[in-house]
Amino acid sequence: MAEYLTLETVRENMPENAALIALGDLPVKAKFDRNELTVTVAAEKIATAAKALQLAGYNFFEDCTAVDWYPSEPRFQVTYHIVSMKFKERIRLAVLLEGDDPALPSITEVWPSANFYEREVFDLFGIRFTGHPNLTRIMMPTDWKGHPLRKDYPVEGYR
Amino acid sequence: MAPLAAPDMITPDVIDVVADSARHQNDPAQDQTMVLNMGPQHPSTHGVLRLVLEIDGESVVSLAPDIGYLHTGIEKTCEAKFYQQVVPLTDRIDYLCPMTNNLAYVLAVEKLLGLEIPERAETIRVLLNELTRIQSHLVWLGTHAMDIGALTVFLYCFREREELLRLFEAVAGQRMMTSYFRIGGLSMEPPIDWFAKVQKFLKIMPSKIEEYEGLLTGNPIWMGRLKGVGYLSPEDAVALGVTGPTLRASGVDWDLRRDMPYSGYEKYTFKVPTRTEGDVWARYVVRLEEMYESVSICQQALDRMPEGRIVADAPKIILPDREQMKTQMESLIHHFKIVTEGFAVPAGEVFQAVESPRGVMGYYVVSDGTAKPLRCHMRNPSYATLQALETMCKGKLLGDVVAVIGSIDIVLGEIDR
Repeated sequence: MAEYLTLETVRENMPENAALIALGDLPVKAKFDRNELTVTVAAEKIATAAKALQLAGYNFFEDCTAVDWYPSEPRFQVTYHIVSMKFKERIRLAVLLEGDDPALPSITEVWPSANFYEREVFDLFGIRFTGHPNLTRIMMPTDWKGHPLRKDYPVEGYR
Repeated sequence: MAPLAAPDMITPDVIDVVADSARHQNDPAQDQTMVLNMGPQHPSTHGVLRLVLEIDGESVVSLAPDIGYLHTGIEKTCEAKFYQQVVPLTDRIDYLCPMTNNLAYVLAVEKLLGLEIPERAETIRVLLNELTRIQSHLVWLGTHAMDIGALTVFLYCFREREELLRLFEAVAGQRMMTSYFRIGGLSMEPPIDWFAKVQKFLKIMPSKIEEYEGLLTGNPIWMGRLKGVGYLSPEDAVALGVTGPTLRASGVDWDLRRDMPYSGYEKYTFKVPTRTEGDVWARYVVRLEEMYESVSICQQALDRMPEGRIVADAPKIILPDREQMKTQMESLIHHFKIVTEGFAVPAGEVFQAVESPRGVMGYYVVSDGTAKPLRCHMRNPSYATLQALETMCKGKLLGDVVAVIGSIDIVLGEIDR
């Protein structure tokens, strides 16, 4: 299986890819691994990138979640999975965030379906989405302390 | 659990509704609406779903779901388990389709490992997945009809579901939390007469579906409660992330089994039923037709069932045969290693989506090269579909909310995880 691990090799080997064309110079990193294309963009550009993908035919927002790479920095990776019903293809958008007060723009303007997913990431990871219409806890009780899916949060919870 | 709300304060986390009812705060005479709490202990919310409804007379002005009552932190628990120990956790996410959850997870890990699965295992997986789909749709039909008031259908559906659960018990030793799939194959060979039993079930099933149709499809009360209720346009359905039968009932022809095939689905011929009405009735028709298609896929799987192994040839990942373990040193070592330290999975991230009875179910697994997943996230169909509930109910009658909740077939276990 082909595997391209840098932005240059991805661009070179996938010149026809509609997502890469639509994103233009937004990607800062890219990789094609296990048949899945991952494109990393800058945090402040995520809404622009989402809009560009939507216009290029990647019409369906599937998933948004985060990964905590504690203790390394940048600590958080926010991941979006977006599907094109036209090309029958999936693309993964990623954003890397520093651990100190992580925040990025919300994409609920582009896909209203991101609403619950961003609330979940906020609740469980403590990552803020600016411009979100209702950024409150969704899984945990409103008075909960801490963000359970962070790696420095113990599995048994704080005692 | 959320603390009980003080009488003068509607829980702060449902701020949409509160903001709405605060519109006329200065002029109480203008305030025609009333806030109604529904659930979490309500027989027709299919679990523990709480809805806060703002109603004007009998019509719904706004609606906010309040979820999290069943949150058990499965994603956090996964991070503390070996890869093979996560399989039993995945059953408990969507307890109506345990096999589909198993499949999505094991496919994701197999993709990370780069494992090739024998064709026999793949075919049995497809067979079991389609049986699971029938089972899940049977529970949906029974409970949905019961919500509307047709009690009899529930008993008919559960009669056939019982047969299916017996089939699951025969292969897995468990009726609901099957955990039958393994990373690299299946846990064991099905019993000798199992395929004959499945064949017998498939023979009778179409006539049973006709029986349900006979009870419901022409029934004037059923049609009156379903037709034109809970309309969802195709644009809204895509924008709100709705998948599965609910999406197809809105006229969007999208089924992962056909469009992005996995586990050998490209080898089967089947129709993807769609409707354009986008109402509760269309969802009912789509699911019934899907049951016929599932029976057909099961039949094809039985007919082409290849011989051979049911696990991949990967001794460092798959537990050895018990007999071999007693006679061969290597098998004993492999068994010891897998059980005590698990197996390392190459670093990387994968997203594997499958078509569950409720829609797109995706597992996002991130590995850092150790024996435990760094992150295991589930994209569950009900979670996204729940966001569309307000669009479907707004401006409509309060009595229809129950019909709409039933029609989107949500499972709270997978919403809260």
